[in-house]
Amino acid sequence: MLKTFPKGGVHPPENKLSADKKIITLGIPEQVVIPLQQHLGAPNKVLVDKKAKIKVGQRIVEAGGFVSANVHSSVSGTVLKVDEMLDTSGYKKLAVVIKVEGDEWEPTIDTTPDIKHEITLSAEEIVKKASEMGIVGLGGATFPTHVKLSIPKGQTCEFLIINGVECEPYLTSDHRLMLEHGEELLIGTKIFMKALNVTKAFIGIENNKPDAIEHLTNLASKIDADIEIVPLKVQYPQGGEKQLIKAITGREVPSGGLPIHVGVVVQNVGTTYAIYEAVQKNKPLIDRIVTLTGKSVKNPGNFKVRIGTPISMLIEEAGGLPEDTGKIINGGPMMGKAIKDTEIPVTKGTSGILIMTQAESKRGKIMPCIRCTKCVNVCPQGLEPYLLMSVAEKQMWEQAEKEHNMDCIECGSCSFICPSDRPLLDYIRFGKQNVGAMIRARNTK
Amino acid sequence: MSKLVISQSPHLHTKPDVKKLMYAVIIALLPSLALSLFFYGVGALVVTAVAVVAAVVFEWLIVKFILKKEPTIWDGSAIITGLLLAFNVPSNLPIWIIIVGALVAIGVGKLSFGGLGQNPFNPALVGRVFLLISFPVQMTSWPTPLVNRGVYIDAITGATPLGVMKEGLKNGEAMSSIMQNIPSHLQMFYGQMGGSLGEISALLLILGGIYLLFKKVISWHIPGSIFITVILISGIFWLMNPEANADPLFHLLTGGIMLGAIYMATDYSTSPMSNSGKIVFGVGIGVLTMVIRLWGAYPEGVSFAILIMNAFVPIINKGFKPKLFGAKK
Repeated sequence: MLKTFPKGGVHPPENKLSADKKIITLGIPEQVVIPLQQHLGAPNKVLVDKKAKIKVGQRIVEAGGFVSANVHSSVSGTVLKVDEMLDTSGYKKLAVVIKVEGDEWEPTIDTTPDIKHEITLSAEEIVKKASEMGIVGLGGATFPTHVKLSIPKGQTCEFLIINGVECEPYLTSDHRLMLEHGEELLIGTKIFMKALNVTKAFIGIENNKPDAIEHLTNLASKIDADIEIVPLKVQYPQGGEKQLIKAITGREVPSGGLPIHVGVVVQNVGTTYAIYEAVQKNKPLIDRIVTLTGKSVKNPGNFKVRIGTPISMLIEEAGGLPEDTGKIINGGPMMGKAIKDTEIPVTKGTSGILIMTQAESKRGKIMPCIRCTKCVNVCPQGLEPYLLMSVAEKQMWEQAEKEHNMDCIECGSCSFICPSDRPLLDYIRFGKQNVGAMIRARNTK
Repeated sequence: MSKLVISQSPHLHTKPDVKKLMYAVIIALLPSLALSLFFYGVGALVVTAVAVVAAVVFEWLIVKFILKKEPTIWDGSAIITGLLLAFNVPSNLPIWIIIVGALVAIGVGKLSFGGLGQNPFNPALVGRVFLLISFPVQMTSWPTPLVNRGVYIDAITGATPLGVMKEGLKNGEAMSSIMQNIPSHLQMFYGQMGGSLGEISALLLILGGIYLLFKKVISWHIPGSIFITVILISGIFWLMNPEANADPLFHLLTGGIMLGAIYMATDYSTSPMSNSGKIVFGVGIGVLTMVIRLWGAYPEGVSFAILIMNAFVPIINKGFKPKLFGAKK
C-alpha cells in the first residue's frame, strides 16, 4: 500500500497536459517588472535609482529584516522607473521596471552548464548564501528559505523532506525539474542536509509521476547520502506541508505549530534546485520554471522564465490567448489566484499559469446546505467547513476561533466537493482574516 | 478579450450536484419497489403513485403560495419523501389517508422548518408516525404477498412476523412454536412476508445500499452501527433464552431495520455531521429499536427510534467533532 495522509482529501482530475513537454528556455523580454515584495514577510528597500545601469544577478532590492528576502535583477539594462505596478495580488505595488539591453551577467555567477558536485560551503555559509541570493520557497508560499534553515534554539531537525508531490492538477514544473535536473536536485538536497545537520532525507513524489520516481531512485542509489524516494498515493492536498509530513513520517504537526516542532523541515523541489544554483553556481534567484497550461491552450508547456517577464509573453509562446478565455490563474486550479491582466509579471511564487475557458470559469448556483457531510469528510485538517462558513456568515468570531478556523490550510477541498456549490472557503477566509485581527489585537494589549 | 473572471480559489468544482445525489437514492429504491409491485400488485402501484404525486404537489403548492418562493421540486427530495412514505405504509392504505400523510410529511416535517437541509426530523417518518397514531387500524393491516395482486383496499391481510411474535409471546407460546407460523428466514431475506410496502426485501434494500455506498451517497457508519447494535442486543437475549427471544437474524430481516438503517437514518439533514457522531446516532437507534421491540407496546420501533435520535442530533454534533489534525493530546 502506498503511503498517503490518513484523513480527508480529494482527487480532482489531474489534467497534467504538459507532463511530457521538455523545459524550454523563454527568450528575454524587452522590459521586465520586478516587484519589491515577492516573499512572505517584511517589505524591503530599493537599492537602485532611475537610469541606473544594471547587470543580470545584481542585487536591486535589499531584504527589510530577517524574515524577508533580497531581490536581484533578472536582466541587464537600464532602470526606467521604480513605480507602483499591478502584481498578482490584484493591487498596484512598488516594482523596479527595467529596460532590457543585452544580456550581461555579474562575473561572479558561474554560467557554465557543468554540474558541480562537491559542496565546499559550511552549514552557516549555506544559510547565509540562501539569504544573500534571495531564495524563497518556490512551491507558492514564498517563505524565505534561510529562515527555514535557521533552526530555533531548543529545536532539532531530524529529517529533511523534499516536496516533489505537485498535487495541484495541471502543474508539471516540478515534475519536469525532477526529470531534467535530477542530479542537481540531489546535490541541492545534500546542501540542505548539510545546512540542517541531518543524515536522512526523503523525497515525496506522487505515484502519477512514475518516471520521476524511477529516475530519482536510480540517481539516489549512486550517491553517498541517505536520500530515500517515497512514492505516494495520489491525493490532494498531499503537497501541504502538514499532510506530507504525516504521510511520510506519521508525525502530526501540532495545531498552530510548525514542522520543526516534530523535527522536520520541508523544502520544495524548485527551491532545492534554486539552492543548488545559489550555493554551487553563485546564482541568485532570477528565473524559475513555469507551467503554462489549460485545456484551450494550443501548446501547453514548461518554460524557464526570467523573473519579471510579463505573463503575456508566456501565453504568446504557448500559442496565444484562446478566444474564449474566462479566467487566468496564477498557480494551480485548487489554490492559485485569479489575475486580472496579462501584463502582470512572473514572480518567484509563479509555479504555473492556468488558462480556463469561460465555461470552466463559471461557478454553479449556490444552493442550500443539505448537510451531506462531504466537506467534513474531505477536510484534511479535521475541521467542519459547513460550520465555519455558518459562523462566518453570522460574524461570530469567538465561535469561529473556538472551532479552530485558523487551522484551515485553505486547500479548497471543501468548496471543491460541495454538491450545493457553496462558497465555503471564501467564507472561511473571511473568518480567518477577522479572527487573525482579533488575535493580533488581543496580543498587543 | 472579454473581461476576466476574478474569484477566489478553488477554481475547480465537482460535478455531482444535489439532484444527482437525490436521484441516486431513488435509483437505489427502485429494485425494492419492483418487488413490491410483484408481491402486492395494484395496491403497491396506487399507494406509491399517490404518495409521490401528493408529496411533490404539496411541496410545489406550499413553496409557491405560502412561502412565496420559487419551487425546487426537481431536486428530487420531495420525490424521495413521497417514495419513502409509501415504503413505510401498507399497500392497502386508502388514498385519502396517504394524502394526509404526504401533507404532514412535506408541510409539517419538511417545509415548516425551512425546507431542504433545515428539517430536524425525517419528513417521511413524521408522516408515517402521524398516520400510525391517527389511523392505527388501517396502518397495521398488512396485505399478504402474492395473493392480492389484483385487489387494492379489500386485500387479504395478515400480521407481520414481528406482530406474530409479539402476540405469541404475550400468549405464553414458545419461540419454536411461534416460528412455525411465520415465513422462513430465507423467505424473509428476499421479502416474502407481510409488512409495509417497501420494507420487506432485505436482499434488494441491501443491494440498493451497496449502490449508495459505492456512489458515496451514504457512508457505512450509520447503517453499520445500527446493524451491529441490533445483532449484539438481540444476540445476548437470544443466547440467554432462545425460547423467549428471536434470533439476531430474525430481528435484522423483519420490520423496518433495513429500510430504516440504510435509507431513513442516513437522511442528510437529520443525521450527525461527524463520523463518530454518526456511530453514536446509529447505536442509539439500535438500542431504542430493541428496547421497543423487546419491552414496548408496539411490535416494531425503528420509526420511533430514528425520530427520537433525530432530536438528539444537535447535541451529538456539539459533542462529537471530527478529530482535529494535530490536536494536543
